Amino acid sequence: MSSSDRFRLREFAVTSLTKYYEGLEQVIRTDRMPHIFCPGCGLGIILKGLAEAILKSGIPINRHVGVSGIGCTGRLPGYLRIDAYHVTHGRAVAFAVGLKLANPELEVTVVGGDGDIVTIGGNHFIHAARRNHDINVIIVNNFIYGMTGGQYGATTPTGSYTTTSPYGHVEYPFNIPLLAYASGATFIARWTPIHYAQMVDAFLQMFEHKGFAVVEIIAPCVLYGERNRFPSYTDMVKYFRDRCVIDHEADLRKIGISLDPKEPLVIGNFYKVRRKTYEELYKELIERVSKEGAKE
Amino acid sequence: MKSFHPRLLKPGRYFMQGNIATAEAALIAGCRFYAGYPITPSNEIAEWMSRRLPEVGGVFIQMEDEIGSIVAVLGASAAGVKAMTATSGPGFSLMMESVGLASMMEIPAVIVNVMRAGPSTGIPTLVGQGDIMQAKWGSHGDYEIIAYLPSSVQEVFDMTIKAFNMAEKYRVLTIVLSDQVIGHMIGKLVVPDYEEIEIIDRELPDVPPEKLVYPFDNSRLISPMPIAGAGYRVNYDSLTHDERGYPSVDRDVSFRLVSRLVRKIRENEKAIAEWEEYYTDDADILLVAYGCTARSAKEVVKKLRRENIRIGLFRPKTAWPFPWWRMNELSKRVSKIVVAEINMGQMLHLVREYSARDVEIVHAPYAPGYMPPPSYIENIVRGVYGA
Amino acid sequence: MRLLNLEKLLVPVGFLQISPELCKGCGFCIEFCPRNVLEFSEDVNSRGYHYPIIRKGMEMSCSACGMCQRICPDYAIYLEKVEKIPAKKVIR
Repeated sequence: MSSSDRFRLREFAVTSLTKYYEGLEQVIRTDRMPHIFCPGCGLGIILKGLAEAILKSGIPINRHVGVSGIGCTGRLPGYLRIDAYHVTHGRAVAFAVGLKLANPELEVTVVGGDGDIVTIGGNHFIHAARRNHDINVIIVNNFIYGMTGGQYGATTPTGSYTTTSPYGHVEYPFNIPLLAYASGATFIARWTPIHYAQMVDAFLQMFEHKGFAVVEIIAPCVLYGERNRFPSYTDMVKYFRDRCVIDHEADLRKIGISLDPKEPLVIGNFYKVRRKTYEELYKELIERVSKEGAKE
Repeated sequence: MKSFHPRLLKPGRYFMQGNIATAEAALIAGCRFYAGYPITPSNEIAEWMSRRLPEVGGVFIQMEDEIGSIVAVLGASAAGVKAMTATSGPGFSLMMESVGLASMMEIPAVIVNVMRAGPSTGIPTLVGQGDIMQAKWGSHGDYEIIAYLPSSVQEVFDMTIKAFNMAEKYRVLTIVLSDQVIGHMIGKLVVPDYEEIEIIDRELPDVPPEKLVYPFDNSRLISPMPIAGAGYRVNYDSLTHDERGYPSVDRDVSFRLVSRLVRKIRENEKAIAEWEEYYTDDADILLVAYGCTARSAKEVVKKLRRENIRIGLFRPKTAWPFPWWRMNELSKRVSKIVVAEINMGQMLHLVREYSARDVEIVHAPYAPGYMPPPSYIENIVRGVYGA
Repeated sequence: MRLLNLEKLLVPVGFLQISPELCKGCGFCIEFCPRNVLEFSEDVNSRGYHYPIIRKGMEMSCSACGMCQRICPDYAIYLEKVEKIPAKKVIR
C-alpha cells in the first residue's frame, strides 16, 4: 500500500470515528488509525468499548492511565488518548501497582492478554490480587500467544493445535475467574466482545469498584481459530453467540473453558465484594504512625 | 529553598551503619517510594525504609520478587514520585530487563546494589565486587547508566543523594554499587546543613498539554518529563518509538532514538564521572582500587610511601561513566599498574582498555567474600616492583 | 381484515454509511445483522478485502438496531441516520 493510500485510509478512519462515534475521537488516537489488529480480531471492538466506558465513567480522562504488556492486547492502550505505559512482557500489573501507590488519585487500568497477565505475569497478578490494590485488569483471553505467531499459553484448552503443540496440547488451562477469586480479587467478570453492551457495563462497574477488578474478555483470534475448528473469521464469534450462557451466579470452579462444541461457555458478572484496598490500609497506617509516633 | 520534612535525619555528626545511612540519604534526597524484596546484605535498607517512610508520608511495599520491585519503582517514578529499591547480586540479575525498560522510557530510578560474594547464591553474608560489568552491560541493547562506588559510610550517604540527583537530571537509572563491607560497617557520618545539600528534581513540561506534541524530542538530549495524571496523555513505550511516543520500525527513528539515549550520558561524562587520587603526582606504580578494597589500598600507599616507593592510588568513584581520560593520562606517567578488586577481573578490563600500550598491568584478585588485607596488596606490589 | 393502517404507521428505517477502504472483510456485520441486510461485495477494496454492501431490494429493511456499528472492529460501518417511513413502503 502506498503512503498516499495509507494517508487516505487514515482520513477515512478519522472522519468515520468523528462523524459517528460521538466523542470517541477524544479518547481514541485517530492519528494512529487504522489499527494493526487482524480481520476477525476482537480487539477493535474492545478498544471501542473501553473508549466508550472511559468517556462514560465520570472520571476525568486525565486521571485514567493505561498500562499494558507485550502482545496484541498490549497495543491497545497506545491507541487510547490517555497516559499509557507499554512496559515489558508480564510486568504491567507490577508497574500499575507502583503508579497507584505513588498517586492513588489515578484510575489505573491494566490491559493485557492471557499470555502477558497470567502466564509470564502470573506471579505479579496473584500477589496484586491478594493485596487488593485498587486497580483494574482487563485480560483479553484468546487462548494463544497471538503476536508471536500462535504458540500456546496458560489458557490454551487441552487438545488444541498451536505452533508449539503441533500434535495437540497436553496441558490443562487456567480458569481465570477461579484464579482471580482464589488470589483475592474483589470484582470478577467475563464477557465477549459480541456482548458489547454488557462488556461496556462491566468496564463501568470495574472503574467504579474499589478493589482489584478483573474483567476477562474471551476474544476471537484467527491464529487460534484457523488451527482449531474455527477456520473462517466469523466461526469463533458464531460459537460465542451460540454457546455463551449468561449466569451471574455460576460456580467459578465449573466455568473452565474447553471450547468444546457441546459445552456452554459461561459468562457474566460473577463476583463483587467490597474489602479494604491496600491503598486504604496503607493510608490508615500512615495516619496511625503520625499520631502514635515512630516505632522505637 | 527545598523544604525538608521535620522527621528527616537532622544535620549533625553520627556514628551509623552504611545501609542505614543509605536509607536516610534517600529520604533526604526526596525518595518517597520504596519497593523491594528481602536479600542479604541489603535488608537493613528495606527494614529501615519500612519504618521511616510512613513517618514522612511515603509508601513502602515489599513486592513478590525483585522483578516486581524494580517495575513498581518505575511505575511510582512515572507518577512523579522519587523511588528506589535495594538488592544484591542475585536480585540485581533479575532486575536487568527493567534496566533496559527504565532506559528506553527514560524514567528516573535508583537501585542500590549491596554487592556480595558470587557467582549465583555465593556467600550472602560476605562482601563481593563482582557486579561492576553487569551494572553497565547487564541488559540487552544499547543504553547508558550511572553507577557509584562508595568507599565509606559518608560516601554511601553522599553518593545516594547524588544518585537521585543524577537520575532526575538525566532521566536515567542510577546504581549505587555499595558492598557488604560498606553496607554493614558502622562509621562516621556528617550530615551537612540542609542548605548545603543540592537536591535536583526532574524538569516538568512548562507548556500546556495541547502544545506538547513531541514529548520525546530528539533535538534535545533530555526532554521535560510528563507525569502520569498531569493531563499530557503521553504514550510511553518500551518499543522503539518516534518523537510522539508512537512505536515505529523506521530505520531513522531507531537510530535517532538509540543514539540520543546513549549520548545523553556520553556527552556529559566529564561532568558526571568522579574519582579520587592519592599521591599520584609523582607515582611510578599506580594502584587502582574501589569500594572497600580502596581502604586497604590506601593503607598500602601510606606504608610504601614511608619507604619512599613512588606509589599512588587511583580510585574511581563512578564505575560508569568510567573516568577513562584520567586513567589514560595517569597510565602514561607510570610504568606499572596493579588493579586490586574482589573479583576475577572486571575493572581490570577497563584499565587495560584505556591504559597506554607499554604500561605493565597486574591483576590482584581476591577471594569473593573477603576484603583483601593491606598485606596482600603490598606483597603483590613488592613482587611487581621487585623490592 | 386490516388491523393496521400501513400508510399512517411510521417505522424506523436505518441508512448505513459504509467505508469500504477501512473494511478488513471479517464479516461480523453481515453475520450479526438480524435482518440479513448485508452481504459481501463482488469487488475488493484497495487492501484486497471484500466489503459489505446492502442486498438488492433490502434498502428499506434495516431496522436501525445498530448491531453492525457496535460489532465492527474497524469503524467501517455505522448507522448514519434513521428515518421514519410509512410502513407500506417498507413491508414487502
